[in-house]
Amino acid sequence: MIGFEINGSAIELDVDPDMPLLWAIRDAAGLTGTKYGCGAALCGACTVHVDGRAVRSCLLPVSSVAGKSVTTIEGVSGGTAAAVKQAWLELEVVQCGYCQSGQIMSAVELLERNPSPDDAQIDSAMRGNICRCATYARIRDAIRLASRSLSGRSEA
Amino acid sequence: MSAKTRVNLARRSFLKAGVGAGAGLTLGVILPPLAAAQDAAPGLPGSGALVAGRFEPNAFVTIAPDNTVTVISKHLEMGQGVYTGLATLVAEELDADWDQVAVSAAPADASRYNNLFWGPMQGTGGSTAIANSFMQMREAGAAARQMLIAAAAERWSVAAGEITVESGVVRHASSGRSASFGELAEAAARQPVPSAVTVKDPADFRLIGKRVPRKDGSGKIDGSAVFTQDVQLDGMLTSLVAHPPRFGARVNKVDSAAARAVPGVVAVHQIPSGVAVVARDFWSASRGRDALQIDWDESGAVTASSATLMASYRERAQSAGLVARSEGAVDTALEKAANRLDASYEFPYLAHAAMEPMNCVIRLDEQGCEVWNGEQLHTGDQMALAGFLGITPQQVRVNTLFAGGSFGRRANPQSDYLLEAAAIAKAGGGKAPVKLVWTREDDMRAGWFRPMYFHSLRAGLDAQGRPVAWRHRIVGQSIGAGTAFESAMVRDGVDSTSVEGASNLPYAIPNVSVELHTTEVGVPVQWWRAVGSTHTAFAVECFIDELAHAAGRDPVEYRLELLGEHPRHSAVLQLAADRAGWGKPLAEGKARGVALHESFNTRVAQVAELSRMPNGGFQIDRVVIAVDCGIAINPDVIRAQMEGGMGYGLSATLESEITIENGAVVEGNFDGYRVLRIGQMPKVEVHIVKSAEPPTGVGEPATPVIAPAVANALFALDGKRARRLPLGVNS
Repeated sequence: MIGFEINGSAIELDVDPDMPLLWAIRDAAGLTGTKYGCGAALCGACTVHVDGRAVRSCLLPVSSVAGKSVTTIEGVSGGTAAAVKQAWLELEVVQCGYCQSGQIMSAVELLERNPSPDDAQIDSAMRGNICRCATYARIRDAIRLASRSLSGRSEA
Repeated sequence: MSAKTRVNLARRSFLKAGVGAGAGLTLGVILPPLAAAQDAAPGLPGSGALVAGRFEPNAFVTIAPDNTVTVISKHLEMGQGVYTGLATLVAEELDADWDQVAVSAAPADASRYNNLFWGPMQGTGGSTAIANSFMQMREAGAAARQMLIAAAAERWSVAAGEITVESGVVRHASSGRSASFGELAEAAARQPVPSAVTVKDPADFRLIGKRVPRKDGSGKIDGSAVFTQDVQLDGMLTSLVAHPPRFGARVNKVDSAAARAVPGVVAVHQIPSGVAVVARDFWSASRGRDALQIDWDESGAVTASSATLMASYRERAQSAGLVARSEGAVDTALEKAANRLDASYEFPYLAHAAMEPMNCVIRLDEQGCEVWNGEQLHTGDQMALAGFLGITPQQVRVNTLFAGGSFGRRANPQSDYLLEAAAIAKAGGGKAPVKLVWTREDDMRAGWFRPMYFHSLRAGLDAQGRPVAWRHRIVGQSIGAGTAFESAMVRDGVDSTSVEGASNLPYAIPNVSVELHTTEVGVPVQWWRAVGSTHTAFAVECFIDELAHAAGRDPVEYRLELLGEHPRHSAVLQLAADRAGWGKPLAEGKARGVALHESFNTRVAQVAELSRMPNGGFQIDRVVIAVDCGIAINPDVIRAQMEGGMGYGLSATLESEITIENGAVVEGNFDGYRVLRIGQMPKVEVHIVKSAEPPTGVGEPATPVIAPAVANALFALDGKRARRLPLGVNS
């Protein structure tokens, strides 16, 4: 049994300790918002937060999060997450949408660490998240918009 | 199916005649009903299940007593925004409030949901979704509106002509009465279905041409949108397949003892495409697959390698190929020309590499089989599965889910991954639903690539630098040959998708020859976003740029002079050039390049602005895009498709390449097959030409234009011509 917190609730899973966290979340916990894209920590579709830090869940053994707090797209909340999601909708970022859970989890972590990132910092924080629909220009704009709304500045 | 198909085919020619017609036109309509003879799964739209008080005027719209308008999409939503587009067309003519409109996927049933441009086939591709649906969806909305008005007129005992509809409210102004759609739904359902409807004058459009929120936006930012990968059914098992290491190899023998011993593994089956491990979950299936001991029979395997193939293609291009277009006397004109230019271009295989690797769920039952899939080719997949399972196509019921990208891949001409899943379900005796999951490596190595191509061009210029002769030879595999689409795609040995974008060269040149050599390799190939234009646009637009340079002319002016018969081409080119500041001086170390291309009846021009980087590489600072796609239904969706389509093409411009070595694919994941990342995405501006022409596609046409625009900018930057794609990030 491996026990950890997921989206604020305690969970105990009877799974292979080597099972990647991604599959524990999807197949054992039944939360499917976190996506499989590459299985090699190359694309970022599986990004979740572990104790507030963005990690790629597709390689991380579930045993390594025992006793920790895991947040997925279904549970991410708070002012930063709300600002990011609002910006994503306002700028119509999504196309196919498959990578966007991971994009949003990376963006939320970036803004929680650094509420006013410049373009280079955005590109650096988001470079692990591939979007084959190439929504990148809108992702960049949405992060800037969320940053401005968090700092209470106008959206000019 | 055939009787209804004939109706729809007749409609198609009717629609073609009517599509360009003007204001407030009254049209005869025959819209299929919602309920069909062969019902879809219970609970899905089209099931024919009677829901109390629900108004189902036709196959494309239902109105519930709770005031929800549901638009039924016959097309796959794979990111291109088609749910939003189809809903806009219905809501416009219905005068619905945008917030009351929801969208759900149609079942597979070509008698009602065929693509009007594809005859009796249901499917999504060729950037046809909005173009073929434009009048059909408007008529569906107008018919529903007319029935709501009739119901209100009857209820209020007033003349229908005195009733107005606005934002989901039906109103009789002089008596002050009004009702919502939901309140009228039950009564509207009892009204006769109109045989003729009046569609709006474009001047009265309230949604078309405006920005409306995407219908698939909110579910895709909170994890609730359901993709095939997310389907969970009672008793469902997950399967991974060990595929042969080389194309054409087969299983000789397999030792599955260790795999069966992995906890969670339920079964191991040898199937035509490899060895399937079936397990309770993905991880067990994956560990089981790792434990398989397989002896492959490689005696029939493909031996080709990319490098040797390209050398043989280069050789083939020395001789004349089959004629795709011939005008004038090219050889004579080349001989007499004052100046002759030659260039050749090389293109690698490309994987689609959608973010969601291929997958599907299949359940076999007494009624036949039920499929959950990002379904792009409903009719073809129904036929293939029916053939394999020994049932009728109607017994293949399809639940279409969001696709996590496709770029053409999910419209596989051989239904490859669906048949693989069916084989696994059948091998298991049909006892449990099976979810087939491909890993990224499975997806990337399965083939169905954009083919490798070699192009050889020769042109002759007169003394003033004007082109007098143009000879274009293309060498590569046919996408259509050997598929059900061969008769439609291949004429006299020429696959139209091998030469599209070259054979319709828009520039006025008196002597033109476009020729094709079709090769046979054994590497499976398929349409990849923008298909033939992904290579022909590069060859044509880079070469015309060389001609302009040789003539000492500005590349934009040179093109414009040759586009006399193509005013819409000229207009997009001029618009992109104007907005990009073409001709205005740039700082040292910066340069611009331009390209123009028509695909899927949409014209796109792009200007790329590059900077030389200190490390010798280059950076794309800005791309200005102009597009003419007829009436702009959803301008923001069009902008998104221009941005994203360009970005998709930029991956192939800069880095993406599939390499074949001795019949095996070298790249397996995003470390080897590199794709665009956020730091490489330039600033993008999109300008849409105002138009009253019927709408044309936007999903694909931006993709092929960026590579030549960047290559031409690179030439302007350092005087070197790019001859192969990808360019490499630091070229």
